[in-house]
Amino acid sequence: MIFHHIGSYLLLLRSVLKKPEKGKIYWKETMHAMNEIGLGSLGLIVIISTFIGAVMTMQIAFQLVSDLIPNSIIGSINRDSNILELGPTISALVLMGSVGSSISSQIGSMRVTEQIDALEIMGINAPGYLILPKILAGITMVPVLVTIAIFCSIVGGLIGGALSGAVTPSDYIMGIQEGFNGFTVTVALVKAFVFGFIITSISAYKGFTVSGGALEVGQASTKAVVIGCITILAADYLITALML
Amino acid sequence: MIQIEHIYKSFGSNEVLKGIDATFEPGKVSLIIGGSGSGKSTLLKCMVGLHEPDQGRVLFNGQDFSKLSFEDRIPVRKEIGMLFQNSALFDSMTVEQNIIFSLDMFTDMSKSEKLDRANFCLERVNLKGRNQLYPSELSGGMKKRVGIARAIAMSPKYLFCDEPNSGLDPETSILIDELILELTQEYNATTIVVTHDMNSVMGIGEYILYLYKGQKFWEGSNQDMMRSDVKELNDFVFASPLMKRAKETM
Repeated sequence: MIFHHIGSYLLLLRSVLKKPEKGKIYWKETMHAMNEIGLGSLGLIVIISTFIGAVMTMQIAFQLVSDLIPNSIIGSINRDSNILELGPTISALVLMGSVGSSISSQIGSMRVTEQIDALEIMGINAPGYLILPKILAGITMVPVLVTIAIFCSIVGGLIGGALSGAVTPSDYIMGIQEGFNGFTVTVALVKAFVFGFIITSISAYKGFTVSGGALEVGQASTKAVVIGCITILAADYLITALML
Repeated sequence: MIQIEHIYKSFGSNEVLKGIDATFEPGKVSLIIGGSGSGKSTLLKCMVGLHEPDQGRVLFNGQDFSKLSFEDRIPVRKEIGMLFQNSALFDSMTVEQNIIFSLDMFTDMSKSEKLDRANFCLERVNLKGRNQLYPSELSGGMKKRVGIARAIAMSPKYLFCDEPNSGLDPETSILIDELILELTQEYNATTIVVTHDMNSVMGIGEYILYLYKGQKFWEGSNQDMMRSDVKELNDFVFASPLMKRAKETM
């Protein structure tokens, strides 16, 4: 069963990558999808990552109670944890739940109301027209959102530390500047790129292959989120193992 | 002209179509009728390429459509217009955008030419001025008419209609039937309508193909049908008291 799905998923991706009928229309659709994924998720990502950063600072401070360890280390740990793991992975899991389920139900509804059949009868490559713009939007906007998430969580850590008294702003800022390795940002962006592809392609596949009615569209959307989250975590492990 | 030869189609162990042959001529409205589960919609989907037949051929002006690749099918598809049972309008687009969508994709017409064409199509289906409405703002009958306007946007040679009257009141049904007949003659299109609406059969059925349990059971005109003594056909056609009375008064 799982091999059947993997095969169908790869065949769908092959159809997605066929030459577009008219580049101008695909470009317009891509811009629309970028707006939906990027701007539509910005508020959620900012709120979640700011709170995560604040909580992380307080928890690190709680665990590192020693006169031998300088307080600035809280900033360093917070920075690296957010860049390498929390920023990309938590953002991707949140986006899988919001953007992924939306893509899946949107395409699934089009399938059960015969709108996809209408596209095919017109001679339009339906997987290309419906899925390619979303994948392009995903692989460009998710890295942007992850970058914003990392920035917000580091700022959140600063605010959380100052408000709780866990670390002074000057110690925290000193910590985030100490021993910075630029390669961690590369790892985060590679993860974000791959997660962007996973979020959009898996949810689009589940929506595109749905059959039945409203109930099945809802079930497909739930399955898309579950499968997508597991795939994100597996990809997270693989990228970390390969790059670090 | 569309010819279908020995069309077989199964879903798992369920054999839906069992070797159907028929010829549909241009300029005529051909009706495929039959009870629920007789294979009407499956046959229509095999003809337009939404289902691949297990065996048999679908010929559009002699060209075997079922053997063509996706790319090679595009020129034929550009000549096909289809009206779906539930209209299948793109709900994120306005009426106007629905109509000009295929023109956007496949023609190099200027914006004003496309708008002129959309206005012409809307006028043709008596929906002038409804350009900026969304499908959710339209009634069932209006959706069908927008579906027809979208289907004729590319001046089709082949027009397929899947149960165009389902869910419509009798007056709107007659309006849709008349529109299908007029457009068939206007474009000299080969029109195939799947229906079980007897008003449509009597009103526009120039050629009727009756399917029974996945097989072609009878074919002829609506006048021949009234005189037929095929039991299965009579059981289907004269099931309603109104049709029974019509036969008695003949």
